[in-house]
Amino acid sequence: MSFVTDFKRIIRSGIIGFWRNGVVSFASILTMTVTLFLVASLIFSNAILDFSLEQIQRRVDINIYFYPQASESVMLGLQETLEQLPEVHSVTYVTRDEAIEQFRERHKDNPLTLQALDELGANPLGASLNVRAMDPGQYGMIAEFLASDHPSVYTAQSSIEEVNYNQNKLIIDRLNAITSTAQQLGYVVSLVFIILTVIITFNTIRLAIFSSREEIEIMRLVGAENPYIRGPFMIQGVLYGGVASIVTLVLLYPLTLWISAHTRVFFGGMDIFYYYLNNFPQILLIVVFVGVLLGAFSSYLAIRTYLKK
Amino acid sequence: MIYFDNVSKVYKGNHTALKDVTFSVAPGEFVSIVGHSGAGKTSIIKMILGEEKPTIGTVHFGSTDIHALSSDDISAYRRKIGVVFQDFRLLPNKNAYENLAFAMEVAGKTDEEIAADVPHALDLVDLFDRRWNFPNEMSGGERQRLAIARAIINQPEVIIADEPTGNLDPINTFEIVQILEKINTMGTTVILTTHNKGVIDALNKRVITMDSGSIIRDDKQGKYAI
Repeated sequence: MSFVTDFKRIIRSGIIGFWRNGVVSFASILTMTVTLFLVASLIFSNAILDFSLEQIQRRVDINIYFYPQASESVMLGLQETLEQLPEVHSVTYVTRDEAIEQFRERHKDNPLTLQALDELGANPLGASLNVRAMDPGQYGMIAEFLASDHPSVYTAQSSIEEVNYNQNKLIIDRLNAITSTAQQLGYVVSLVFIILTVIITFNTIRLAIFSSREEIEIMRLVGAENPYIRGPFMIQGVLYGGVASIVTLVLLYPLTLWISAHTRVFFGGMDIFYYYLNNFPQILLIVVFVGVLLGAFSSYLAIRTYLKK
Repeated sequence: MIYFDNVSKVYKGNHTALKDVTFSVAPGEFVSIVGHSGAGKTSIIKMILGEEKPTIGTVHFGSTDIHALSSDDISAYRRKIGVVFQDFRLLPNKNAYENLAFAMEVAGKTDEEIAADVPHALDLVDLFDRRWNFPNEMSGGERQRLAIARAIINQPEVIIADEPTGNLDPINTFEIVQILEKINTMGTTVILTTHNKGVIDALNKRVITMDSGSIIRDDKQGKYAI
């Protein structure tokens, strides 16, 4: 008997079985859709978590404050040196004029402070460099570099009034701890949910195959070999997973659109709908892969019980 | 062709289903096995099919020891035997045509052979017009005829009919027995278990009578004796 003929027959029989056991197929697809929704929501919640954490991290920085009389060439020289460090993401130069403007902006509701500033006449603020690291864990290294005797740092040393790393250190450390805990928690929660949904799907398919146990028994009596009995059921499992993943992907479109409209502000500017559209190929691949694999594997395990002996 | 050599079967709790059973069936024979429920008829059938292993003794089909076969070899071996059951055991999700086609697919027949043989077998049991119907759309007699068609479709050497008329009325019973006799005259060995006195008396063929797991009579041209 040729392999191709067998394969064709198994596929055909799987599709016919899927169609004729409509109610069982419907129930299995429904359960698998819920499972795949969970998988998709894990993808989204991880994305939201990452995005939010990144937003928070982005607010952390080090400022190097210079004396008002510091020369611009020294400051720009230091900026250039810092920008060459691999840990540094970006360095922004804030001039004295920009500094006073920002100050005014920040205190615009406080006329007393502004009045005091006006009375001073001259600009009392110095320029500053705003340094952002690639990763918040790297601020320590940047601060160390600023305290070292690297030539360009050395020349700038006398112009630097203050580096505010030490004030920020506590916040940075705490944030690092929260970030890694949040990420670990995210992984644990994902893992628990995935295990749960796998068990639920497995049980559904087990019940579907349980309703066919007599059929399996008859096939054995007629003399069918195990792979030939198992094949159509695995095809059905693949079809459950395939159809469920399509249903999931289609339903995600209006759902993310709706969620996105209501939560854009809440998630710190993240737009779930655009995330879905932009990452569609990856999400499609993950959802279909999980669905099909879960369906086939569950069928394989469930039917094993009846093929032993 | 089939040899039972001192076969005993003891289940858990010391329940003895078969006790020192020895008999043989020659090619082309029509053998009926009779006895009350629990006499051991079904145990004998299950052993021939390799569904159950004897506790003591061996069962041979030709020169092969059935219970020494691997699970793949068992599948191949079962294709040499056609089986008909009291409860029909048809595939509920396949129609009449597909039920027969499945048995042929399993035996590795080509699509052409299936297309040629299935209508012929359906014709033989007078079910050609019902070929697209599912088992639950058929009467008991029709289902049993379909089961017989499935049993013979791969031209097995032996047909085993385990109480095939148990669920049927006298007219259908008569029809089924006639079909079995016809198959036997075409050269296939038939093993029939039943407790229908009328069937046995009408056949006038070899009868093995069982009681409490032992063979108590083996008559060349037997009558129903219990």
